[in-house]
Amino acid sequence: MKFSIQINEGPFQHQASDSAYFFTKTALEKGHEIFRVFFYHDGVNNSTRLTTPPQDDRNVVERWADLAEKHDLDMVVCVAAAQRRGVVDDGEAQRNGKDATNIHPKFRISGLGQLVEAAIQSDRLVVFGD
Amino acid sequence: MSETVKKFLYLNRRAPYGTIYAWESLEVVLIGAAFDQDVSLAFIDDGVYQLTKNQDTAAIGMKNFSPTYAALGDYEVKKIYVEKESLEERGLTLDDLQHLVWEDEDEDWAEKDSIHLVSRAEMAAVMEDSDVVFSF
Repeated sequence: MKFSIQINEGPFQHQASDSAYFFTKTALEKGHEIFRVFFYHDGVNNSTRLTTPPQDDRNVVERWADLAEKHDLDMVVCVAAAQRRGVVDDGEAQRNGKDATNIHPKFRISGLGQLVEAAIQSDRLVVFGD
Repeated sequence: MSETVKKFLYLNRRAPYGTIYAWESLEVVLIGAAFDQDVSLAFIDDGVYQLTKNQDTAAIGMKNFSPTYAALGDYEVKKIYVEKESLEERGLTLDDLQHLVWEDEDEDWAEKDSIHLVSRAEMAAVMEDSDVVFSF
């Protein structure tokens, strides 16, 4: 089956991203396809490479990045939600006159159309959040 | 865009302010309108407050985005389901909500009501009938 995943909550505060990660990982291991992982609302905070959890805790961001590396996942961060919350890539920094970037290279910033397209193209859209 | 037409349901469950879910849900609806899907919106639980009229957000310093709902008809959003029990549990009636309409071009642009009051059981059927449920 072809799935897309939507994550609506930030890392560490909420279990949504953890649950989505385990769902995605297991679905891939079972031979399913993940069309796209879309980060929305505070979910965009899952994409900052500056995340530094204590060493004895999981690193939610790096864990997603490793999974993306292994399975060539398309991980998309909503641009409007990212702008509000200070999640920035090179293009956004330039456009909005910011002096830094923080997005992890395994993620890309794009529009909400990517979420709608994912819902159309996939057999199931699974939403993780409150 | 895409030739596939799916039944999209945007399920709104939260009060308009206090969290950003309602506002960012509306942003998906507006962007999604460009994809020519079969779109419905549903309002349950505290989500019914999103449609109340005469919202005034001055005292909380938030943007009042409620006028945007009145534009949904222009975005071809014609089906808005409001759960009767959720209204009643909050002491609200249809009269407390904005009068939302769409214009039917097949009937000389006659204005038609967008809001359909449905029971909890009927709302379950609306969800069951949908291909995609965006839950906010």
